[in-house]
Amino acid sequence: MLVLKLAFRNITHAGLRTWLNVIVLSFAFVLIVLTEGLYDGMSEQVKDAEIDSSVGGGQFWQKDYDPNDPFSFETAHSEIPVDLKKEIERDNASAVLIASASIFPRNLIQSVTLKGIDPDQKIVNLPVTVLKEEQDTNAIPGLIGFRMAKSTGLQAGDYVSARWRNIKGTFDAGDIKIVKVININIPSVDKGQIWIPLESLRTMMQAPGQATVITFKKNLSRIPSGSREWIFKDHNYLLKDLNENISRKRLYSNFMFSLLLGIALLAVFDTQVLSIFRRRKEIGTLMALGMTKWSVIILFTLEGCLLGILAFITGFMYGYPILAYLAKEGIVLPRMIEQSQFAILLVLYPKYGLKLYIVTALILFISVIIVSFLPAHRIAKLKPTDALKGKLS
Amino acid sequence: MKKAPAIIIFFIITYTIIGFAQVPSGLDVLMKIDKNLVLDKAISYTTIIIHGRTGTRSIKSKNWIEGKDKAFVEYTDPPREKGKKMLRLGNQVWNYYPEPTDRIITISGHLLRQSVMGSDLSYEDITENRKLTDMYDAKVTGSEMINNRNCYVVELSSKLDDIAYHSRKLWVDKERWLPLKEIRYAKSGRPIKQSELLEVFSLENRWYPKRILYHDLMQNGNGTEYIVESVELHAAIAESQFTKAALKK
Repeated sequence: MLVLKLAFRNITHAGLRTWLNVIVLSFAFVLIVLTEGLYDGMSEQVKDAEIDSSVGGGQFWQKDYDPNDPFSFETAHSEIPVDLKKEIERDNASAVLIASASIFPRNLIQSVTLKGIDPDQKIVNLPVTVLKEEQDTNAIPGLIGFRMAKSTGLQAGDYVSARWRNIKGTFDAGDIKIVKVININIPSVDKGQIWIPLESLRTMMQAPGQATVITFKKNLSRIPSGSREWIFKDHNYLLKDLNENISRKRLYSNFMFSLLLGIALLAVFDTQVLSIFRRRKEIGTLMALGMTKWSVIILFTLEGCLLGILAFITGFMYGYPILAYLAKEGIVLPRMIEQSQFAILLVLYPKYGLKLYIVTALILFISVIIVSFLPAHRIAKLKPTDALKGKLS
Repeated sequence: MKKAPAIIIFFIITYTIIGFAQVPSGLDVLMKIDKNLVLDKAISYTTIIIHGRTGTRSIKSKNWIEGKDKAFVEYTDPPREKGKKMLRLGNQVWNYYPEPTDRIITISGHLLRQSVMGSDLSYEDITENRKLTDMYDAKVTGSEMINNRNCYVVELSSKLDDIAYHSRKLWVDKERWLPLKEIRYAKSGRPIKQSELLEVFSLENRWYPKRILYHDLMQNGNGTEYIVESVELHAAIAESQFTKAALKK
């Protein structure tokens, strides 16, 4: 108890030195929570956006379909099985037919992926209803994302010539009218793609009733079993790349965590070393008065702990309003992030869970105890007479 | 004097009938074209000039040909392409890339639809070895002048499902039996590729293309020129020339 009282008195009497340490530690605490919250928020937003706009509650893929190999699109299409067709009729699923084509914006050839989707579908969050509103029957209505618009120079209302081969291999050609450019932040439904009505693509490809991918509604309790021709892909599979990408980004977040923690701990360590050097006569006096070496070590370690506690309280006082404001209003990211391969929203909302607060506080607290203990434990080797003489090596 | 109009009408009708009788059938025209273009055994030297957006580049090659099914190409210039080889047997193609790659790559399926050396020609265009008469119904629809040469206009419409071009239109020289112009159409009827025979030369008792200009009609490019520098007919070509082993020699 005496040690605790002494430690508290030393801390309160240290004045500016204490507050400098407290501010540094509290900054580190708040910044670590903010950084981790940003990554957690970003990961969740990206996954939600990918699920909403692309993968839904899981997908059935035609066995030959490989999204990374456009050449596979030539054979990746077949009749939709009866059980999957029933789910589409019940609005539990939606069919997409995928084909390769060439378009000629500004008379230059460019490879694209044509994706045929039912304009009335309600499974993925894409504004494809505009595809059925187009009046020009001489052109195929098409919808593109802003990345595609930027790479091709196409805008809403533009016509572009397209050439494709039907499933027999015969060339066909026609005009696509861009009816809308959408501001979608999911590259997997934007880059190099044109969304057109499913029935139009089926006619173009001479593939009536066929599809490449069947996307299911989110949170559906029952998914039909797959077959040799149609293979079910769950979120673990469909979001694998995204999860790996998030894990890679998490490395940066861990680096930031370590950097901030390191800066704060360096400050505490430095203060403790200086404090022990400056207070060597006091240490000798305490030991001469009968305080054991370990009590002195505990005293200095406790002082560090108190610094940590003060830092949490201070950090909470000024950090909570800031963190809460950012969680509500979000952080606006620069426009250059639009070019990222990684799906991301332009306004990022950090997400802080109770776990994040507790884990960050615990790591910081334990680290402060360790860096307080490390310089203090050298006192164990000190003789009281040497300490009184001010000898401390 | 009253008989004069009747005689004139008689001659007009007679000449019209004779004229119609002299118009060959589409099948005849295609057979005559094949007779000109298909070489039994030959070694040729050709240049492909690709007029791209960023400039023009030319590729020279030596070619060994046997009928419609066998071809072996060795690129000789520019240095970057030198040593590359291509073997075609029927509708199969193998490409050889010399050191440091030293690899033979099979061009099949969808890869046949890729451009040859960045030109306006696909491997499929150059490997298509089915006879036109097997793929298309041909009909002579008229006569037109192309480059001051009198030509038959022959329209081809596909009789099979699995062919690249749904229809074609040829302007065939009435005397030399070579297509001086050809347009290939998409299923929708939109013209997508065009070739123009700009020069011909006499080769023994036949006419043979000297310079052809290919155009992708959907692009704004200047096309690809195919120039036949020389042809050595009835060349002695060893059977081993048309084997995969010859690619690495």
